Amino acid sequence: MKLTATGNQTVGPYFHIGLSRMLIPVVAGPDAEGKRITIHGRVLDADQKPIPDALIETWQANAFGKYAHPEDMQDKPLQKGFLGFGRVATDDGGAFSLTTIKPGRVPGPGGILQAPHVEVSVFMRGLLRHLVTRIYFPDEAGNAEDPVLRLVEPDRRATMIAKKVPGSEGVLEWNVNMAGENETVFFDF
Amino acid sequence: MGTNTILDMRGYRRPEPGTQPAYLFPPYKSTLRRAPTKPLVLLPHTLSEVTGPVFGHDAISPGDDDLTHANGGEAIGPRIIVSGRVLEEDGRPVPNALVEVWQANAGGRYRHRNCQPHSPLDPNFNGYGRVMTNSEGRYRFQSIKPGPYPWGNHSNAWRPSHIHFSLFGPAFVSRLVTQMYFEGDPLLPFDPIYNSIPDENARKLLISSFDWETTVPDHANGYHFDIVLRGRNETPMENKR
Repeated sequence: MKLTATGNQTVGPYFHIGLSRMLIPVVAGPDAEGKRITIHGRVLDADQKPIPDALIETWQANAFGKYAHPEDMQDKPLQKGFLGFGRVATDDGGAFSLTTIKPGRVPGPGGILQAPHVEVSVFMRGLLRHLVTRIYFPDEAGNAEDPVLRLVEPDRRATMIAKKVPGSEGVLEWNVNMAGENETVFFDF
Repeated sequence: MGTNTILDMRGYRRPEPGTQPAYLFPPYKSTLRRAPTKPLVLLPHTLSEVTGPVFGHDAISPGDDDLTHANGGEAIGPRIIVSGRVLEEDGRPVPNALVEVWQANAGGRYRHRNCQPHSPLDPNFNGYGRVMTNSEGRYRFQSIKPGPYPWGNHSNAWRPSHIHFSLFGPAFVSRLVTQMYFEGDPLLPFDPIYNSIPDENARKLLISSFDWETTVPDHANGYHFDIVLRGRNETPMENKR
């Protein structure tokens, strides 16, 4: 039997009614091991105008590079209570904030380790199907050999790498530009 | 973890042409300033993509499957029972899938600050629910048939009656957000969101059908809506498409 996968449709302007019941702005509780980070950002449209009705979902491994999922067979520790999933909505200024821990490295194609990264889904009115991108980390030696980052033109890779906020330890800035000169790299997933 | 396990990573099937909407679809005006303009980069399905959040049954509470009561009273409008199965493309049921739904009330009004007050709120209708599929991939919830609502996309634009569905399948890449429509809705041919799916057969999969089996005498009309999530590739090589 071969069925056709159901088509996607936009979350529309009123997704808060259904999806904001389960907002998860704190991905890692105090018990989770790892370097604690806060990721701030804004979601901007093609005119650089803030998007006040976007939803961001994140998925990541724990600090050991282990996903809380049955298909991750790696012999690495799980962290009790760490699901690895985040969900935040943008505010009137298009801003969002997420608190988590920096994930560890996970294996990639051909056994090459991937650099630490967070998977991101972006939903909003005007997106008929969600978009997928990744957040990478600054000053990370693994970025140079990351098998996914290497698929991206070098001058666009920076759109996926969070920036340090000077003077604020553990705070990173990562923006989503839907279109235009600094358009974020989005994936065909 | 050995290298073999990595090489054996089976990705998820890429969509058949025409079965998913494009990001830029000018008849739906909000896509114009929000669709990406640069080519998307083909993402290999690594461990990060074939895993995804696993929710326990504690994610839902008793009553989450009944939208017809709120704030101590009964919502106004035709009661419906929506049920169906969540399947993978190969027909296998998807158990323990978290399904979140939200919708307008019988008058087409959403309980949201940005929704124009074209018709009244119903104090006994909030418009959200959550269910989880059982071991056979089945789900079921009770609600009120939502009304069509006017929107500003073009002159005299009306959305057909619809219920928003959000689903988590087994993987990050099996995430699905869609809308369920109703059989026989005269607004469907004019709706740019519904018509954003190019393939007619794929489009029709978004329409629920009236269902005698689940219709409860003197209580509610049944509607049947099956949802199909992406399935796995047969071999790892298909990852490359």
